[in-house]
Amino acid sequence: MATPFSATPKVQSVVMRGIVKRFPGVVANDHVDFDVHQGEVHALLGENGAGKSTLMKILYGLYQPDEGEIQVNGRPVTFASPLDAIRCGIGMVHQHFMLVETLTVAENVALGLPSSRGFVTDLERVAARLRALGEQYGLPVDPHARVWQLSVGQQQRVEILKVLYRGASLLILDEPTAVLTPQEVEDLFRVIRQMVGRGHSVVFISHKLHEVLSISDRITVLRDGRKVGTVRAAATNKAELARWMVGREVTFRPEKAPVTPGPVRLAVEDVHARSDRGTPALVGVSLAVRGGEIVGLAGVSGNGQRELAEVIAGLRPPTQGRVRLLGRDVTAWPADARADLGLAYIPEERMRDGVILPFSVAENFILRDHFKPPFARRGILQPQAILAHSQALIRAYQIKTPGPETPVQHLSGGNIQKVVLARELARAPQVIVAAQPTRGLDIGATEYVHAQLLQQRAAGAAVLLISEDLDEILALADRIAVIYEGRIMDVLPAAEADPQRLGLLMAGVARATG
Amino acid sequence: MSTRWQQRGRDMLYPLAAAGLAFLMAAGVLAALGASPLQAYAALVKGAFGSRNALAETLVKATPLLLVGLGICIAFRGQVINIGGEGQMIVGALLATALGLAFPHWPGWVMIPLAMLVAMMGGAVWGGIPGVLKAYYNVNEILSTIMMNAIAVQLMNYLLRGPMIDPVQAQRASQIPQTAALAAAYRLPRWVPTRLHLGALLAVVLAVVVYFLLWRTGWGYRIRAVGHNPHAARYAGIPVKRYTVLALVLSGAFAGLAGMVQVYGVNYRMITDGSATGFTGGAGFNGIVAALLGQLHPLGTIPAAVLFGALLVGANAMQRAVQVPSALVTALNGLVVVFVVSSEYFRRRARKRRLLQQTAASAATAVAPSSPED
Repeated sequence: MATPFSATPKVQSVVMRGIVKRFPGVVANDHVDFDVHQGEVHALLGENGAGKSTLMKILYGLYQPDEGEIQVNGRPVTFASPLDAIRCGIGMVHQHFMLVETLTVAENVALGLPSSRGFVTDLERVAARLRALGEQYGLPVDPHARVWQLSVGQQQRVEILKVLYRGASLLILDEPTAVLTPQEVEDLFRVIRQMVGRGHSVVFISHKLHEVLSISDRITVLRDGRKVGTVRAAATNKAELARWMVGREVTFRPEKAPVTPGPVRLAVEDVHARSDRGTPALVGVSLAVRGGEIVGLAGVSGNGQRELAEVIAGLRPPTQGRVRLLGRDVTAWPADARADLGLAYIPEERMRDGVILPFSVAENFILRDHFKPPFARRGILQPQAILAHSQALIRAYQIKTPGPETPVQHLSGGNIQKVVLARELARAPQVIVAAQPTRGLDIGATEYVHAQLLQQRAAGAAVLLISEDLDEILALADRIAVIYEGRIMDVLPAAEADPQRLGLLMAGVARATG
Repeated sequence: MSTRWQQRGRDMLYPLAAAGLAFLMAAGVLAALGASPLQAYAALVKGAFGSRNALAETLVKATPLLLVGLGICIAFRGQVINIGGEGQMIVGALLATALGLAFPHWPGWVMIPLAMLVAMMGGAVWGGIPGVLKAYYNVNEILSTIMMNAIAVQLMNYLLRGPMIDPVQAQRASQIPQTAALAAAYRLPRWVPTRLHLGALLAVVLAVVVYFLLWRTGWGYRIRAVGHNPHAARYAGIPVKRYTVLALVLSGAFAGLAGMVQVYGVNYRMITDGSATGFTGGAGFNGIVAALLGQLHPLGTIPAAVLFGALLVGANAMQRAVQVPSALVTALNGLVVVFVVSSEYFRRRARKRRLLQQTAASAATAVAPSSPED
């Protein structure tokens, strides 16, 4: 059978002591202590850049620590590579799945493992064992399904099965809920409890407080590479954890001033569009957003959100239907004309669509305006005007950068998003499409983005907030639309929405009956 | 911005050190051939720079390299790989020559700029065709520019053996494929008694122009934006396809100009041996190398072009001095390219490290460095 490590002993305890990891110019882990016992869920909580992933990558053998020691079951170990960690029974499920989409589940699991039959594959045996493992842990997956056919939640199960198959009894889950619906999160938690019940242990990396509180036994908080503390989940609360993470008090519900919605600024009428693969992605979507209103578009990733945003922004031609901006039919307008009319678009993939990474901060600020005065005259760029503009934006949006000439790729994710926000909002937009505007951002940056969106709302802009984060939508939106398989399932006033009801709609269960 | 220049200087160290290593390695080859490397290199340097005439010859050889290289800077910055410099040179030269021969009695100050314009247009079309094919039909431009080279060579062979052949040659049995000579008034001014012509100065001026174009104009901004990230360019409403074509059109125009300069500045007629290099001397390819050595920076391409010009000129002197085949210089050429291109990896790594350190240093004004987490 394709499992070289079947005799892996159970991990009873892992102790990391005084771990130091330096990267050029930054100490990612500064004398961090961390331990896991058999049968517990230990959450590792912290903002982006706090050092959570680094610490766990050290435990998984992907990085070698500069100082400190690791003990497994009381014996000191050194992991030169993940292979060593796997031999000790440690497995990791990465945030970004490491699956070959065109292969089957069984093939993905067998990949990299020697076959029991030499050069001939033993996929049937792998499949049989996968089925058994799936039943044992409540992770049913068809071993012969091809990965691209599976939902994100199912793909995550495959990743977990892959780790279990390799004999791991300590599982490191890196931000496992980032891509799941509320129901899928419940499923995952059920699986985690089942694994723990069978004597496995789980390290749960997250920055979502309520999830951490509900699933873990103990919680360790990291900030700026240092350990702030470890507490029992039962003995703490959201406010305390947030304070530990950020180093100051945090408000969870941003102040929302009452605003009377104005006229409809953005209207999408019966829009149909195709995905990149040519399959129907939007099927008759209609939606209106008024000035001074935030409409949240909730949905599981891949249900047409991206296509809708692109249709509105002018980056994807609809096959049918119209888009109206400020009352004008802009369906045939190119992207830059729509932007000049007053549309701001904060794209979902900011690194890909929102900025040009090798360009400087200043150059990224003029991405839309490099042919317009005062930044250019007769096609000649005006460095002084560009510089002055950048310095003003860097100050106003508190962007942490060594200077306007620094390439954007050297900024943190939160600051890159601030660059995008600054550029888009400085153009005084009347309609804002914000797609996953806080994905991957830490609490501080998220708060900042939310405040900016609310400020735009107060200033009378129409905001379409596309997000997979229900908490975000519930906190900001005035009305909530739910999209499923390219259709708007329902539009609810925020007051009538709750996670359960939205979750059902997101899963495609038609309007709840009561 | 002195720090920026310091950094430029440090960035230049890597290709220079790499070139040095290449010479060291070639020294081993020379020694293996029984020649004294020191003597050989001394002869090479003397042959390339040792006299006014040597220096002038080096610059004459460097001129087409620089012109092609400038076009390469534009194309590569726009992320299109133009391997069609040879063909673009040929087409530019053919058009410019045909024009000059068809109207032999115009004043030089009318014909020369006109011929330049026509040559640039010819090169632009020859580069633009692969550009359109890439932008609108997704045809790989590396393949299509190479194929356009083959077409240009055969076009040249046909024209220079047939319709455009020198009437004198047409009478003779030798039938050397060359055109008639241009009118004396059309010759680019020379720095007598050497062969150094106005084209060299023009190329240097154009290097500054290209620098300005790429970093100080909206069009250059767009070419670079499309090259770095077509998604973001599209997001900003930049017509990505048009700028892909433009990058190749401009690139071809510079190569076309290089072809014209060879005719109007050096040979005063178009001549070939039936191969592309028979006319271009390989400048269409070596210009790419010069641009790469110059870090795809128009101003950096100037010294790079001079270096390769010097190698070409000095090779003969080296051959005479130590009796090694001058083809060895081709190998040296290749070594320099391999080493310099490889050094790019180390330069990037060092640069990244330096930037991380800067970032950390300014962490007081606080910057979370890119990576290691997430």
